[in-house]
Amino acid sequence: MKYLCLVWCEEGKFEALSNEEREQLDRDSMGYDQELARSGHMIATEALQSPANSVVVRVRHSEISVTDGPFAEAKEQLAGFILIEARDLNEAIRVAAGIPLAKLGSIEVRPVHNFG
Amino acid sequence: MQKLIDDIYRSHSRRVLATLIRLLGDFDRAEEALHEAFAEAARKWPKNGVPENPMAWLVSTGRFRTIDQLRRRSRFDASLKDIEDSLYPAKEAEIGDMDLIEDDVLRLIFTCCHPLIPADAQIAMSLREICGLTTEEIAHAFLIPPPTVAQRIVRAKNRIRSAGIPYEVPDKDQLPDRLQRVLHVIYLVFNEGYSASSGTDIVRADLTAEAIRLCRTLLALLPDPGASGLLALMLLQDSRRAARRSATGEIILLADQDRALWDREMIREGLALIDAATEGGAVGYYGLQAAIAAEHARKRKADETDWHRIVRLYDLLLGARPSPIIELNRAVAVAMCEGPAAGLAIVDAILSRGELRDYHLAHAARADFLRQLKRFPDARLAYENALGLCRQEPEKAFIRKRIAELPE
Repeated sequence: MKYLCLVWCEEGKFEALSNEEREQLDRDSMGYDQELARSGHMIATEALQSPANSVVVRVRHSEISVTDGPFAEAKEQLAGFILIEARDLNEAIRVAAGIPLAKLGSIEVRPVHNFG
Repeated sequence: MQKLIDDIYRSHSRRVLATLIRLLGDFDRAEEALHEAFAEAARKWPKNGVPENPMAWLVSTGRFRTIDQLRRRSRFDASLKDIEDSLYPAKEAEIGDMDLIEDDVLRLIFTCCHPLIPADAQIAMSLREICGLTTEEIAHAFLIPPPTVAQRIVRAKNRIRSAGIPYEVPDKDQLPDRLQRVLHVIYLVFNEGYSASSGTDIVRADLTAEAIRLCRTLLALLPDPGASGLLALMLLQDSRRAARRSATGEIILLADQDRALWDREMIREGLALIDAATEGGAVGYYGLQAAIAAEHARKRKADETDWHRIVRLYDLLLGARPSPIIELNRAVAVAMCEGPAAGLAIVDAILSRGELRDYHLAHAARADFLRQLKRFPDARLAYENALGLCRQEPEKAFIRKRIAELPE
C-alpha cells in the first residue's frame, strides 16, 4: 500500500528555532530520508516553500482565476510530503512517527487509492 | 525468488517478529527490524541463495540493522547510546537459543492479552502481530474504519511501553487468571487460519498449525481443562482440512465431504483428549464444542450423525455461555432433527432481536432453510443478503452457485 505523509507545521514554530536547532532538524530530516530510501519505504519526498509563494488556481466558466492561497490563514501549513510504501496503516504510522518534523508539527497519513 | 521470500514472510515473519521484540525490547523497533531484515533478504537471497536457517538469518540481520541504525542516530542523540549498549553484547548468547525462540510467540500473546489492554485492542493487536493481518484487513473483517483499528493498536503499544508490561509468560500462580484471554486469542488465530476473514483462500494452514503448537506449549506449562478442550477442538476441526475444499478451491460442506480424507491421527488425539476430559468431569466451553466436533469425527458416514445428541450439546453450550452464533449453529442441528421450518423459526427469532444481521452465515443458513421449504424467491433474497455481507471469495462463489441452482 502507498501512503502520503503530509507534513503540517506552523511557520512561526519553525522560525522560532535557533540556527543550531534548525541545522540539527535539517540534518535529522536528511538522515531519515536516507534511512527510508535504504529500507525501501521511500517513494518520493519534497520540502515545500512557504505558502506566501503559492497561488490558487480555479477554472470557472472556462475562465482562469488566480488568487493568493486562501489557506494562508490556516494555523498549520503544508511544509512537505513523503510518499511511502508500507505494509499497512500501522506501519505507515510508525514511519510517520519517525519523521523529525513530527516533534514540531503534525503528520497526516493518507492512504493512496488503489484502483487495482 | 520474490514468491519464495513472500512465502517465508507468511510462514516465518510472526516468529521472527516475536523474537525480535524480546531481543530489542520494543514493538516498533522490532517491526522496523523485521522490515529491514526482509528488505535485506530481497537484496541478498537472489544472489546468494536462501540461507540454511532463514529464521535465524532474519533475526540476526534485523537485530544487526537496528543496532547499526541506532549507532548512526546516537551520534546526534545521546539517549540512544544507552539503548544501543543494552542491545549489544549481553544478549548475544540468547539469539540461537531455540527454547527461548519457541516460546516467543507465547510471550507475544501474553503481552497482547495483558489485562491492562482493553479487550478490543487485544483482539486487533493479536490479529495483526500474531496472525500477520494488516490493519486494513482487520478493519474490513470487523466492519470498522481502519483509523479506529490503527489507533487501538497504537494506544495498546503505548500502554505496553508506559505501564512497563513485561514480555513474558507469567509465573505459574498467575497463569490460571491470565489463561482465558490467551485461549481466546489462540482460538482467534486458529479461526483466522481455518476460515480466513477475507481474501482468496479459505484456509491458512500456517495459522492453524501455529495455534495448535501454541496450545500444546501452553498445555505443557499448565495442565488445564480449558486448554485441553481447545486443543481437542482445534485438532478435530483441522482434521477435516483436506476434505473442505475441492481441487479447484470450492467449498465442500460437512455432509458432502469425503471422510477418508480426514486426518485420522488428529482425530485419534482429539478424541483421546475429549474422553480424558469427560472422565475428569471438567468439560468447559471449548470442551463442549470439541464434543460436538467429535460427534462428526466418530462417524464414517454423514447420515449416521446423531443430530439429537448434537442439539443437546448445543443446549449445554448455550447454558454455559449464551451467544447468537451458537444459537445459529444449534438452529442447523435442530433443522436436521425436526426439519427446515424449525431451523428457520430459530434464525428468524435471532434476526428479529437485531442480532447477527450483518453476519453473512445467518442469512446463508436462512436461505438454505427457505430453499428446502421450496420458498425460492425468499431464498434468493436471503442468499443475496448473504452475498452482500460476505468478504471471502470461495464463500461468495459458493453462495453464487446456490443462487444459480435455484429454480426460476
